[in-house]
Amino acid sequence: MAELTLQNVSKSFDNQLILNDINLSVGNEEFVSVLGPSGSGKSTLFNLIGGLYQPDQGEITLDGDTITGTRGSISYMPQSPSLFPWRTIVDNVMLGSEIVGEPDREAAMNMLKKAGLSGYENAYPHQLSGGMKQRAAFVRSLLSPQPLICLDEPFSALDEFTRLEMQKWLLDLWSEHKRSVLFVTHNIEEALFLSDRVIVLSERPATVQKEFEVPFDRPREETLLLSEEMLSWKREIYQVLKRGDGSGASRG
Amino acid sequence: MKQVVLRGWRPTLVIILLFILWESASRLFEIPEWLIPSPTQVWEEGIAGWSVYNHHLYSTILLTVTGFLIGSSVGIIVAILLHVIPIFRNMFYPLIIFSQNIPIIVLAPLLVIWFGFGMLPKLIIITLVCFFPIAVSTMDGLRQTSTELLHYTKMAGATKRQTFWKLEWPHALPSLFSGLKISATYSVMGAVISEWLGAKEGIGVYMTLASSSFRTDRVFVAIFLIMLLSLLFFALITLIEKRVVAWKTKGVETNG
Repeated sequence: MAELTLQNVSKSFDNQLILNDINLSVGNEEFVSVLGPSGSGKSTLFNLIGGLYQPDQGEITLDGDTITGTRGSISYMPQSPSLFPWRTIVDNVMLGSEIVGEPDREAAMNMLKKAGLSGYENAYPHQLSGGMKQRAAFVRSLLSPQPLICLDEPFSALDEFTRLEMQKWLLDLWSEHKRSVLFVTHNIEEALFLSDRVIVLSERPATVQKEFEVPFDRPREETLLLSEEMLSWKREIYQVLKRGDGSGASRG
Repeated sequence: MKQVVLRGWRPTLVIILLFILWESASRLFEIPEWLIPSPTQVWEEGIAGWSVYNHHLYSTILLTVTGFLIGSSVGIIVAILLHVIPIFRNMFYPLIIFSQNIPIIVLAPLLVIWFGFGMLPKLIIITLVCFFPIAVSTMDGLRQTSTELLHYTKMAGATKRQTFWKLEWPHALPSLFSGLKISATYSVMGAVISEWLGAKEGIGVYMTLASSSFRTDRVFVAIFLIMLLSLLFFALITLIEKRVVAWKTKGVETNG
């Protein structure tokens, strides 16, 4: 079980309002994307959920418990892989569970195999390609004991081909090991392809502009990306993002 | 091994040429031995005089190793304390720099007056020259931890202690080893200087005895012994470094 809710969360730095009255929730085993333009305060949102800062107002709860300002209650995958260069891959993916909870080498080895990283268990990060490093980083967050995973634009630094491959890979692995996921991205297509629900943030100060329920069936195929339906959804979200007032026709 | 030969032949050639130049110059100009001995004369004394200086050599090695171990421990502890407690860094950092501005040559006789001719004043001198490079480089290593990795560990909920042992300490190890390598060579010098000022045995004693009796060949033997000792010490630290920070070099070839 993992249900995350943010209620009326606001945060400003140096008198500049970054997040304004954010309300959002992630249901159990739900995949929710937060979509917003660059610099819209998505990272601030994650830092608040991760407990690095206190919000100026509002409350964050996980399964009913207040986690505002508490660290270690979510599992996190950053934009860069952030693997420790002196640890082998298997030691790296156990790091999250080492920090909170008990590391399980057996489970780590199995998960690496499923993630298509067998043969690299004892390699060092610098021996891996960009996509493989991101896989290892995701495996690390899956092996962390927390029920909610926050992913911060994990594929934005990858090239187009690798990104698509990684998205499919992520969906495969996630459908087998269901967790609640909060996924931050600035790529509309990526948000639509991966999630059950897309939350669109406005530009600074960020507020929740609109929420879309994504109707595509799972498992999702690559052909979905080129379908008419996808294109019309993309157009609609794009217009909401561009207009920035949230008055677009609702379909959610 | 092949790589060592490939990379090493140029400097070796230069050193051999230098020796040849020195040897032929002392023969050509018939320089007296008490002024500058030729390399062969130094070599002969080095072989023949082994029984004269070997106990000096052991004594210096013992002093150097003990001093180095104490000095590096002090350096590492100082670095950790100053890193973990920022107020300490603020308070003591200038003091640590001042400690390096004290002329050792003035301090050493004072230490002998205070603590006598035993091991203690010598160990203090070696510690004083040794700890500084280690403390500074370790502190830098600890402070320059990647912000990305630090952000991840914070988000993952690591405590201060976990952050230190899992992230900052392993990150600082390569810097720590640079400090150790510098200190390893300093510690030999420190030992010899401290021996000059009052000791029963040691390379420093052997050197002062030799120079006051115009045995210049022995002075040169002492110089070469000190160089050899520093070099061995340096190589030993490098060897340990290769084992400890193996991740730095491992698999570089496979990556292209």
